Amino acid sequence: MLDTGIATRAGAETPTIPTHKVRDWITANAILVVLGVLVLGIAAMDPSFVSILNARNILNFSSTRLIIALGAGIVLIARGVDLSAGRMVGLAAVVSASMLQTETYSRKFYPGLPELPVWVPILIAIAVCAAVGMVNGLVISKLGVPPFIATLGMMVIVYGANAIYFDSEPNNSQPIGGMRSDFTTIGTGSIGSGDRAVPYLVLIAAGTALLFWFLLNKTVFGKQVYALGGNPHAAQVSGVAIARNLVIIYALAGAAYGLGGVLEAARTGGANSTYGTLYELDAIAACVVGGVSTVGGVGRVGGIVAGVLVFGVINYGLTFIGVNPFWQQIIKGVIIISAVSFDLYRSRRSGLVRV
Amino acid sequence: MTEYVLEMEGIRKEFPGVVALSDVDFRVRPGSVHALVGENGAGKSTLVSCIYGLTARDSGAVRLSGQEVSFGSPADAIAAGISMIPQEVQAVPDRSVMENVWLGRYPTKGPRFLGLIDHDRMRRDTAELLAQFGMRIDPDATARSLSVSQLQCVELVRAISQAAKVVILDEPTSSLSDSEVAQLLELVRQLRDSGVAVIYISHRMEEIMEISDEVSIMRDGHMMGTWATSELTLDQIITTMVGRELTFRFPERTHQPGDVLVEVRNLTAADASSFVDVSFDVRRGEVLGIGGLVGAQRTELLESIFGLRRVAGGEVRVGGRAIDLRSPRDAKRAGMALLTEDRRASGIIPTRSVLENTTIAALGSLNRWPGIVDSRAARQRSQTFSGRLNVRTPNLDAMIMSLSGGNQQKVLFARWLMTDPDVLLLDEPTRGIDVGAKYEIYTIINELAAAGTAVVMVSSEMPELLGASDRILVMCRGRATGLVDARTVDQTTIMRLATDIPKDAHA
Repeated sequence: MLDTGIATRAGAETPTIPTHKVRDWITANAILVVLGVLVLGIAAMDPSFVSILNARNILNFSSTRLIIALGAGIVLIARGVDLSAGRMVGLAAVVSASMLQTETYSRKFYPGLPELPVWVPILIAIAVCAAVGMVNGLVISKLGVPPFIATLGMMVIVYGANAIYFDSEPNNSQPIGGMRSDFTTIGTGSIGSGDRAVPYLVLIAAGTALLFWFLLNKTVFGKQVYALGGNPHAAQVSGVAIARNLVIIYALAGAAYGLGGVLEAARTGGANSTYGTLYELDAIAACVVGGVSTVGGVGRVGGIVAGVLVFGVINYGLTFIGVNPFWQQIIKGVIIISAVSFDLYRSRRSGLVRV
Repeated sequence: MTEYVLEMEGIRKEFPGVVALSDVDFRVRPGSVHALVGENGAGKSTLVSCIYGLTARDSGAVRLSGQEVSFGSPADAIAAGISMIPQEVQAVPDRSVMENVWLGRYPTKGPRFLGLIDHDRMRRDTAELLAQFGMRIDPDATARSLSVSQLQCVELVRAISQAAKVVILDEPTSSLSDSEVAQLLELVRQLRDSGVAVIYISHRMEEIMEISDEVSIMRDGHMMGTWATSELTLDQIITTMVGRELTFRFPERTHQPGDVLVEVRNLTAADASSFVDVSFDVRRGEVLGIGGLVGAQRTELLESIFGLRRVAGGEVRVGGRAIDLRSPRDAKRAGMALLTEDRRASGIIPTRSVLENTTIAALGSLNRWPGIVDSRAARQRSQTFSGRLNVRTPNLDAMIMSLSGGNQQKVLFARWLMTDPDVLLLDEPTRGIDVGAKYEIYTIINELAAAGTAVVMVSSEMPELLGASDRILVMCRGRATGLVDARTVDQTTIMRLATDIPKDAHA
């Protein structure tokens, strides 16, 4: 359902020259073409790849990645970059997991802690990450620190803070285990059964994507994000509150990483402080492959979804047909660079000037 | 060897729709300072870019020391002995003075292919050149640590180090203080005395009278002639610069201005080299033009009123209420709108459609639920205003970059009209727009004024100022030098005020 939505929207937004309809559609939706070619290619090597089970596994694996990439994406659209994403994922995983262990578990993080309603620790973890994101936004907008530097600093700080929390008595850096089943169900359960089963994770990711789509396309906030990413001076002259919007953007991104981290803990049934390491780079890669511009102002939720799926298919599909994981890395790198070069070629052709 | 180091004959240059240079002759003697004057847009910059290889001439001949030349790039011009110091000095800020002087042609030592830089020699040569002109600048200081005038001196040293025969200075003093100007002029004299020909572009008449040996005057792409400076009076220069009939057509203006809406009182910029103590009123339905030459600080004034630049003192009232001069959002709340001078830098949002470019400033009023854009209303409003302003676009979803400059400007007008402003601040509203679109924009301005909007319009085009304004505030180097009635004033008076020459001066 989501996929068709993307395709028609893209078609409507791109001015088409009648004689080149097919070529223009391919140009505008290159990412979907890449995705199709990948699936077909892998299926040609091993037809058993095309199965509901594999599709569900790919979607399930991609769910948390998508939620994180949406946060990274909105920051990129606003002409920023967020390197603290991965460490915030780790922070949220540890914070939520530390409060959601079964009452009888022998090595509890908080030995005396009664069983809290499952949503309380989840919301705490998300709120902590939103607050960290808010600090990112303030440092960038009020102190004028470039986003790359501000979030690089925050990435290191968050890891340090998380490691200290993780090392506190009596846990002493032991991996957090013994997750309550009502928590792990969120990460492993599904609605329906058999072939029709839809994992909760996929539903949550789809819901988050819809929320971001709505925010970016239907709200004043979203239009302002695109405007201030496309031309901050013009946005300021037009009365857009740059600082306030940046704080909201980074806080929203933080909340997304937080949700992603909580779900990672639920999916894997535990957490430690190295969770989420380098996820920020995967998220940025998925965004740029999905057509989000690193110079701001350009990017669509549909593109981010497609970008995440491309990497999901590569990770899962290439392993499925037995491609050496090191070769997978090289293929991913090539796709990132080609996607961005193609994007630049396309924007030059449409007369869109870039710095 | 001829009498002239540089000779240009019959130079012609056309840009789409404009003849920038029309059969221009220009000759410069070695060891002299040759002033080049004219109004904004008279063709001075185009002429010197033709010399410097930045612009290719369509026809005509350029001879340097009697030899026909044609430069494809500044590098060719520099190699042949022509240097230009642009208005905005381009230095590599975090490298040293000496590296800036020798940029691109560093002295090397040892085998050439190693490219080992001879720092000692570079330092020694730079220090020698600086000392020769009595400049106390450390060759190892970073360019960033220097003042604008010091940077210009470094640029001059660079030109000298290139063994230039001709040095072009484009508005070198527009951002300098009086004492810095004196220092620069002294350097120019030394340069002249060493046999170099200096082409000096400036709007500052007193400097021209003081420093130049000859004056060439341009107007509307034509060379009006060259005279020995001693033969001319300031009056003659100014009359020759502006003496043209109004050829533009302007829509008829019939309505009468109403009550005072905007009061600007003693506004002084925080930046000391910008404007000082500017006051004026604008009435409802009035178009107040702001005229002046390059460096008059008009854009700075307008942006300060809108809260985009810091002020050191003064206030702005709209309808009696003082507005917060630190916040463009407060200016907007007070009913102000600013159409900035640089469409690309601070106007259009290049990555978005016509629809979004028109609606971005009015989104607050396009909601059905708080914060959620009513897309149908947005589209309708955009359609209405694009239609009213006659924006030519295939549809509202077309990317703004696919439109012509004039249509982009109309989109920006639409953006602001949608906010229903009481006060419209326009900075060069017709720059880079063809004549037809200009007329449309004047009509829009008239309609807005007729509907009671107070309009402030900065313009560098004399006919536009006279034809589209009710009154004209003239500025010169950050000071308001006069407020005149556009119906009765003549061009010479405005040019006098813009160059700040007292009415009865006969220098």
